[in-house]
Amino acid sequence: MGVDIQVEHLNAWFGKTRAVQDITLKMSANHATAIIGPSGCGKSTFVRCINRMHETVPEARVSGQIRIGDLNVYNGTSATQVRRRIGMVFQKPNPFPTMSIYDNVAAGLKLNGFRDRRQLDEIVERSLTMAALWHEVKDALRKQSGASLSGGQQQRLCIARALAVEPQVLLMDEPCSALDPISTSKIEELIFQLKQRYTIVIVTHNMQQASRVAEYTGFFLLGNLIEFDKTEKIFTNPSDKRTEDYITGRFG
Amino acid sequence: MANRAVGAHPLTSPELAVGPALAAQPPAKPEFLIKDSTSQWADRTFQFAMLACGLTVLLLVYLIIYELTTKGTLARHAFGWRFFFQSDWDPVNDRYGALSFVYGTIVSSLLALLIAVPLAIGVAVFITEMSPRWLRTPLAFTTELLAAIPSVIYGLWAIFVLVPLLRQSVQPWLARYLGWTGLVEGPPYGIGMLAAGVILAIMIVPIISSIAREVMTAVPQQQREAVLALGATRWEMIRMGVLGNARAGIWGGIILGLGRALGETMAVTMVIGNRPEIAKSLFAPGYTMASVIANEFSEASGELYLSSLVEVGLALFLVTIVVNVLAQLLVWSVTRGTPARSHV
Repeated sequence: MGVDIQVEHLNAWFGKTRAVQDITLKMSANHATAIIGPSGCGKSTFVRCINRMHETVPEARVSGQIRIGDLNVYNGTSATQVRRRIGMVFQKPNPFPTMSIYDNVAAGLKLNGFRDRRQLDEIVERSLTMAALWHEVKDALRKQSGASLSGGQQQRLCIARALAVEPQVLLMDEPCSALDPISTSKIEELIFQLKQRYTIVIVTHNMQQASRVAEYTGFFLLGNLIEFDKTEKIFTNPSDKRTEDYITGRFG
Repeated sequence: MANRAVGAHPLTSPELAVGPALAAQPPAKPEFLIKDSTSQWADRTFQFAMLACGLTVLLLVYLIIYELTTKGTLARHAFGWRFFFQSDWDPVNDRYGALSFVYGTIVSSLLALLIAVPLAIGVAVFITEMSPRWLRTPLAFTTELLAAIPSVIYGLWAIFVLVPLLRQSVQPWLARYLGWTGLVEGPPYGIGMLAAGVILAIMIVPIISSIAREVMTAVPQQQREAVLALGATRWEMIRMGVLGNARAGIWGGIILGLGRALGETMAVTMVIGNRPEIAKSLFAPGYTMASVIANEFSEASGELYLSSLVEVGLALFLVTIVVNVLAQLLVWSVTRGTPARSHV
């Protein structure tokens, strides 16, 4: 089951540049929240703060608080503990090319020391089914490498890999920007179903996509959260002039 | 020139045949055609030159094999296949067998790999994944510098530093704690198989580690992030995300290192002890194929002696080929299913 994500006064730096400035918002459990905004507005950085991937970049720094359910992300928890509760899907599909499809999905479980063959088989099947990939790959699970799939299939494989460790939150950083329209619509459909079990945060450049998949939308500009509200409200009646300018295509 | 253009392109001749009527026609076309034919000529020359380069390699290999087999005929007639399976090496009584040299070459090279591979991969992992940025370039440069040192200098260093160190500290310690294995016992001369293995290891570390470093640097950042995002620790990230993706290239580096170790002559000759014996203990002196050729060629008086040395050379050549083929098979079996590109 998903849990709420509570962000309080979050700041993130790259060296001396502040990429994310004093952000406070709450993303509700079992809903999808879209983060939109022009390139370089800090939306990816914001999402990468949630699972502490931001700090893997040299000279990166974070301040503020994030709570995921009862887990305090930046206080008293290790980065690996945090990341085991949060699945992440990246912009470019990044399956492990030297591993079979099966091993790709099982990778996270094996990291956690999971060895039970029967249960692994079950979890791999369940994850691939949830990622709507099972029927396409079930005959080649161990024979084919993860990299032999098409781009859209690779991205769904990455989603299955993230789901296999049963996270509470799924972060998606522009998951469709490298995909064709058909693969994109498959992944959007998937997001719709996954919402029932996970809290989803999706960064997107595509405003139609935000309005299709997310109940809530946050608009970022130059590292600031300009507006955060129900998606309908953001797209039909934004309260900030800058949001309106962006969604009507006047800039960005 | 004009003739050749016409010859090469008969289509142009009707136009030329019209003659004066079209004399005002711009000369651009014939000139262009002439140029075309010269470039065709150049293309053919180029093709021929490249073919010649390719054939030169084949010719060289053929000449070497031819020389090794004909010059070794005498030894082959005298000893037959037994030459490779007996270890007598007795120039006084004209009895020759190469087994102890084959043994020395293989054992010293394997010992070198055993020491060098973990060390080299460790160096590469440290440089690419852990070292602070400012230390990265100097460290990589120094590793590469090690590869550029002539082997005779390694040999000298081994005689003055490594051998005394082995004799006084390492060998007594090994004999005390691991002597029961029988692999490290007997008088600690310093000089011997162990010294040869260690100096070879030092010589091949830079080869293996610089190749490993390059393939590890080529692993895309997204692969590392994918593993980290699954909740991996740093070591797990390196194992799964970096070494997993780079293994084909690392195996390639190990094979190159092995090739160097098998053929290395000077440094090994200086420290291995040069005694044609097969001993279980690594402390005992040994002899390699390359060393015996280098040491005894100039003083090989009898024809059979000389022929036997050439035959040892042939054996070295064959061992190198066999080891490379085996290693290649190993690489194929280990990396099956790995795409050729490391970036996906």
